[in-house]
Amino acid sequence: MLKLERVSFSYQGMPVIRDLSMTLEAGERVAVMGPSGRGKTTLLHLMAGLYEPQKGRVTGIPPQGVAMVFQENRLLPWLTLEENLLLPSPGKGREARQLLEGLGLSGWEGRYPGELSGGMARRGAIARALLFDSPLMLLDEPFQGLDKETRAKTAQVIGDYARGKALAAVIHDPVEADLLQGTVMELPKTE
Amino acid sequence: MGKELLLPAPLTVVRRLLLLAVQREFWGIVAASLGRILAGFLLGFLLGVAAAVATARWKALYPFFALPMHLIRATPVASFAILALLFLNGPGFSILIAFLMVLPLVWSNVYEGLLHLDVQLLEMARVFHLSRWTVVKKIVFPSVLPYLLSAVRVGFGFCWKAGIAGEVIAIPPNAIGTQLYNAKVYLETGDLFAWTAVIILLSLLLERLVVRLLDLAAGPFHLEKEEYHAET
Repeated sequence: MLKLERVSFSYQGMPVIRDLSMTLEAGERVAVMGPSGRGKTTLLHLMAGLYEPQKGRVTGIPPQGVAMVFQENRLLPWLTLEENLLLPSPGKGREARQLLEGLGLSGWEGRYPGELSGGMARRGAIARALLFDSPLMLLDEPFQGLDKETRAKTAQVIGDYARGKALAAVIHDPVEADLLQGTVMELPKTE
Repeated sequence: MGKELLLPAPLTVVRRLLLLAVQREFWGIVAASLGRILAGFLLGFLLGVAAAVATARWKALYPFFALPMHLIRATPVASFAILALLFLNGPGFSILIAFLMVLPLVWSNVYEGLLHLDVQLLEMARVFHLSRWTVVKKIVFPSVLPYLLSAVRVGFGFCWKAGIAGEVIAIPPNAIGTQLYNAKVYLETGDLFAWTAVIILLSLLLERLVVRLLDLAAGPFHLEKEEYHAET
């Protein structure tokens, strides 16, 4: 169980997250919402262990790593789509190809990220996270750049792969929260 | 006749070149010069990479490396040659000159590449718990490769020309530079032009070879040519 206890975080003296406590259990799905600048991405980075809270503490970060989709795709441009997926999950070639097929990327495995459309690269980044074996999944605006139909299909695949895992996703649209079947958590104002 | 002494006819130069090319000694001289310059290049390349990695890893080392590297870059080859002659002679001399040409270039390029590593990719590696070796192999090395290849491309040309210039000054046995010097001293302008042609031909040939090797090295990393063929 991921636990944040009275966590505070500031950027250059500007408080972004103040005194926040929450838990995320296995099988639980939380859709983090709020206007820009509320610290949604910062919250995910704290949950992933990328940032150290200036006050409070974060416990329960899985020792094997976190399955994360960043705001940017962060795919390695010199690796093919399949190689990108297998980078953190070696030896899962068959599963990777199945996953790509489920996400409508069949036939694109050997292409480089620069050769993919924005939506395809986004699904590639999602696939990399879904393939990675971790009980914690963090998704930062996973559906950006995806059309309505692809969004629904992608949400379904995420739902299948995230079964039994703790999931937190930053989203903007309440419809996306419904797609992920998550409870909405609105980040409070800090000032 | 007097004109031929100063400026030989092209045919004379070609004839001399052909005569040289059939001599076993000629190829021995070319191989020895090339070998020495390559040795200096490789030494400078390896030490440059090692120094850049150390500088990027321990920032406190920056002033320790930066000052001598800048000094080396700013010093003319002729000054090095005269200074080095005080301590070194013979074959070691052109190795040193080639080494000094490539060392600061590789150091500054690789250090620059390491400074510009994509932080977002490194964060991704941290989150997914990629091993240190995987990070080096899959993120650091491909990121630095364009900088490294660019240094190799420019550095090799420098090394070759400076190495030959060094040979003209140090006059080691079995060296292209020595042949050039002798031709000048004995007013054998045919030889002078023939050896100059050899240097130019080898320079063009080596540059093509280096570019081909760089393309081969860059291929697996899906790098654009412009990324490493840019002038440093």
